[in-house]
Amino acid sequence: MPFIDIDWLREHVAVPQDESYEQLAKDLVRVGLEEEEIHTSSVTGPIVVGYVVDATPEPQKNGKTINWCHVDCGDQWNETDENGNKVPRGIVCGAPNMRAGEKVVVTLPGAVLPGDFHIQPRKTYGHISNGMCASERELGLGNNHNGIILLSERGYSQEEYDAIKPGDDAITLLHMDEPLLEINITPDRGYAFSYRGVAREFHNSTGAAFTDPVDALDAKAPMQDAHAHDIDVVVDDENPIHGVVGCDRYYARAVRNFDPDAKSPAWLQHRLLRAGMRPISLAVDVTNYVMLDLGQPMHAYDLDKLCPPIVVRRAKEGEKLTTLDGKEHELSTEDLLITDSPDGKEGSRVMGIAGVMGGLYGEVTSETRNILLESAHFGTVTIARSARRHKIPSEASRRFERGVDTALQPAACEMAAELMERYGHGTASATPTDYNTIEKRPVIRFKTSEVQRLTGLDLSIGRISDILEDIGCRLGGGGNGELTVAAPSWRPDLNYPCDLVEEIARIEGYDAIPTTVPPVPAGNVGLTADQKRKRMVADTLAEYGLVETLTYPFVGDEDFKAFAFDPAKEKPYSIEIANPLAGDRPFLRRNVLITLALTVQRNIRRGLDNVSLYEIGHVFLADPKAPPVPALPGGVKPTDEQLAALDAGLPRQPLHVGAIMTGLAEDDGWLGDKRPVDWSDAVEAVRRVSDRLGAGLRFVQPAEGMTVPEQWHPGRYAAVQLADGTMVGRVGEFHPAVNEALGFPAHTAAFELDLTALFNGVEYAPLQAKPISTFPPVKQDFAFTVDTAVSSAAVENAIRKAAGDDLESIELFDVFTGGQLGAGKKSLAYSVTFRSPSKTLGSDDADALRAAIVSECARLGAELRA
Amino acid sequence: MVDSSTFDAAALTAAIDEGISKVKAAATLDELHAVRTAYAGGDSALAAASKAIGLLPNDQKKEAGKLLGKLRADFGRAYGPKEQELKEAAEKAALAAERVDMTQPVNRRPLGARHPLPKLLEDVEDFFVSMGWQIADGPEVETEWYNFDALNFGPDHPARQMQDTFYVKGNQTKDAAGFVGSNIVVRTQTSSDQVRSLIERGVPLYIACTGRVYRTDELDATHTPVFHQCEALAIDKNLTMADLKGVLNKLAVAMFGPDAKARLRPSYFPFTEPSAEMDLWFPDKKGGPGWIEWGGCGMVNPNVLRSAGIDPDVYSGFAFGVGMERTLLLRHDINDMHDLVEGDVRFSKQFVMGE
Repeated sequence: MPFIDIDWLREHVAVPQDESYEQLAKDLVRVGLEEEEIHTSSVTGPIVVGYVVDATPEPQKNGKTINWCHVDCGDQWNETDENGNKVPRGIVCGAPNMRAGEKVVVTLPGAVLPGDFHIQPRKTYGHISNGMCASERELGLGNNHNGIILLSERGYSQEEYDAIKPGDDAITLLHMDEPLLEINITPDRGYAFSYRGVAREFHNSTGAAFTDPVDALDAKAPMQDAHAHDIDVVVDDENPIHGVVGCDRYYARAVRNFDPDAKSPAWLQHRLLRAGMRPISLAVDVTNYVMLDLGQPMHAYDLDKLCPPIVVRRAKEGEKLTTLDGKEHELSTEDLLITDSPDGKEGSRVMGIAGVMGGLYGEVTSETRNILLESAHFGTVTIARSARRHKIPSEASRRFERGVDTALQPAACEMAAELMERYGHGTASATPTDYNTIEKRPVIRFKTSEVQRLTGLDLSIGRISDILEDIGCRLGGGGNGELTVAAPSWRPDLNYPCDLVEEIARIEGYDAIPTTVPPVPAGNVGLTADQKRKRMVADTLAEYGLVETLTYPFVGDEDFKAFAFDPAKEKPYSIEIANPLAGDRPFLRRNVLITLALTVQRNIRRGLDNVSLYEIGHVFLADPKAPPVPALPGGVKPTDEQLAALDAGLPRQPLHVGAIMTGLAEDDGWLGDKRPVDWSDAVEAVRRVSDRLGAGLRFVQPAEGMTVPEQWHPGRYAAVQLADGTMVGRVGEFHPAVNEALGFPAHTAAFELDLTALFNGVEYAPLQAKPISTFPPVKQDFAFTVDTAVSSAAVENAIRKAAGDDLESIELFDVFTGGQLGAGKKSLAYSVTFRSPSKTLGSDDADALRAAIVSECARLGAELRA
Repeated sequence: MVDSSTFDAAALTAAIDEGISKVKAAATLDELHAVRTAYAGGDSALAAASKAIGLLPNDQKKEAGKLLGKLRADFGRAYGPKEQELKEAAEKAALAAERVDMTQPVNRRPLGARHPLPKLLEDVEDFFVSMGWQIADGPEVETEWYNFDALNFGPDHPARQMQDTFYVKGNQTKDAAGFVGSNIVVRTQTSSDQVRSLIERGVPLYIACTGRVYRTDELDATHTPVFHQCEALAIDKNLTMADLKGVLNKLAVAMFGPDAKARLRPSYFPFTEPSAEMDLWFPDKKGGPGWIEWGGCGMVNPNVLRSAGIDPDVYSGFAFGVGMERTLLLRHDINDMHDLVEGDVRFSKQFVMGE
């Protein structure tokens, strides 16, 4: 984003003499130009001007040639010889452009360069080098590291150059000590990508006097002559984007008899460097300078190489262009090209992608004497797409895609032409070409009451008018509080009343807006039941001892495999990211456990024991048969059918909770022995969630030998169901293969619940309480022998059924297998408590209940043990 | 030995004196009870004397009865306090024996921990509920229409690029800009829920939406590709930027204490006009109180209201979005985003059940 230099800014606006860069940042942020950074110099001296007295090339064994030089750094910094005379410093320099007679920049021992590079005398190539001659890059002045800085090449006039003496402070000379403000420009403020625009905003913020440089330039810029113009221009756009022609203005003007040896003046080079651009040649530097100053990207062509007419057209299928950086680009039929017409074939030779980057042909070179300046207006979308497509964002494209002032082209050409005349001794033509199809923008009908309706600011119509005129609008009307507003040509963002409201509010100052609190809306319902239930689940699990975590939902092949999923089966049902951050994890998870496992793994690898984690988050269930999602325009409410189509194409994204428990459930300690985690810890966690929600979840274990999902231990897995049989989750221990792949301890337990389905299945009606019986209880114990295939849940259900209303509670107090029971049998012992709601149970009653239970359980093959 | 059939006053007195001295000498409750049995029980001299009185001539009965009563009372006066004393001593000894070290760690089933981020979301939701607003939640994988178009980001809007969007792969052809068009993205902002809520719930509407959002930023000390936002949206008749400032100030106070406040400065978002960046006056800022960037906000752009079929000439309103990670980092002086996203149990456990 642009760098702002206060001295340059003063060309257009009266910045106070004592303005600091900190104050400048404050002044600009008030009107919406945000500070990115104030760059301060990281260079400290001594860094001085040196005169190279002699430079002796010394070829080295390593193939390099270094120069052993004596550099006059002025009496203060020169060396003292054995006789007490001041003599030039001895310096070793490897730069290819080092030669005697040049004035250079010498960094002396004690200087510190960017990157905390301390200059010291050092022994090298058989000499003591008592300082270093510096390149631009070494001083943080630019990227040039092809050689050292030669002050003779920096565009000083002869008088200026002569005035530079050995020993002069180079930090001041090269302005290395001046800070620089970097600002951010929001996409709506293309005009602020220029000193002209920033100066205007400084005026808007502080009221400092602003002079629009374009006014004076426009007065001097020649108009197109009906009879003569510098070059024919044809705009032939066969493929406008969104109906917008790619080029609606093309202003071109010749500068002839230009001196190709002319150098950019020092001040201009300095300003370009301050803006982060490298000086190249006078012609190129001038076009860049005008762009930075006024905001109009320009291009300079070698006029003698052009075969008119210039044709602005879209690329054809299969066309290619080699850009200045040597890269070949395959062009798209949406790329807008600048072409010329050799051999009478119109538009047959491509010279560049309009507003993005030039090609190899037609550029200004060191031989160019006659120049054609291009100052055009290109479509924002056309430029943005080309810059993005070819990945070549440039200073020019950055400005075009935000929208360039549609009236700026003649003034920009005038400014460039004047600079080329002054410093390059050329002659600017008085007969420019101006292809101009810019359409007049509609005026905005503006009810000034909108200011108060939207901002709460109570401003007079006079104040509102003053603000709008100050930012460049032209006003009409005013009766009934309604204005007609014509936005200035540099503000393509001002189109609707609300845009004007923002201008008025920001110039008046957002701090001036009062502060109120809106009334509490009617129909306040608080959190929904599901929102409360989500919190209950989270709190219940944390209270049970698990630690909540959040994981990224990105997964890939390795994760599928570690979790015993077949990637080929998972992928068609997974959402795939087109531009993932990590190429090996382009999919979104279909369950929480797969990503939670990675976090468990990370904790274990960090040496933590007994890691038990849970996560509540969404999963993404792609449907390969989902209909495509339509592209619809904004600003219009879609039809009900369209809205349905938007949602129909989206994946289901239920909320899940997943938990993984590893290591010990209870640690060793003075209270008792350790107990490793197993399936029962996971089941208990799910039971707690179920009880907390009143969900009545059931655990359904597949019969022995039936398949279970491959992630799970075949004998320690159950499906979790709602009372109506709806499956809402899984619980158990991981399969040993999964534990091994993930580095988890054996018997690691886990569960995952679909909370969306679970919440849907929970009754939200208030619970209807049962009366509390005050009659005494009767307790009975039962020990049954059953086949191991019979689940304890089945036996418990049988007891429950037989006991009917008199049942108070059932507790399974003992389970064992083996011994005299024989293979395939197990013993289940229950303590059952009865209590009648209506009478004291007698021994007859108890006997009858016992008999009923025994007979009901017998249907499961259960025998009462003696 | 006292003759059980005769009443011998001297012998009886001597026996009780002996009994009293044995009571005094008793060291335990058991000893004491044995003394009582021996000197005041059914086989004691006292009991025998009581029976023997009946055999005395009538003129001696009165005096003997008097003596008997006095001796019984003497014994009782010695016995009662002694029993009390020994009982207390026994209880004290029993309690002393049961003494434990109460500082031994008792941690059979330690509490787990909530992650501070979801807890912060709950706090923020509670803030809005306390103002009578509702909490909404939209899908994370979202159509481009809700995430961009409906929010006034046109297909080529420069801001659509500045969002660093994760696009979902589709089976359709590449669009003009070179993307494989599914018209689905992973939402870049909770603002994607604005138009959904407006269409589903209508106006007036006061909602906050908290949730996960995604941008293509690599994880580093201050960025994470998956993070959380809280979006607030209020649409009604007569809502202004002044109301926006009021709600922001209240939220600042709720999150950062009574001295916190919010400040607006001009900015740009496609879905608001006027738009503002929101700075927070953070009293506990490292190195002294100061302003820090907190989020974006503004008056809802008329085009957004039109996307939901709402007349922008009748209704107006404001929206703002705050980054929850940033809020959490500031509140708890967390210096590295890695701590928030890596899921190290040591991080969450610091916060126990709250944040």
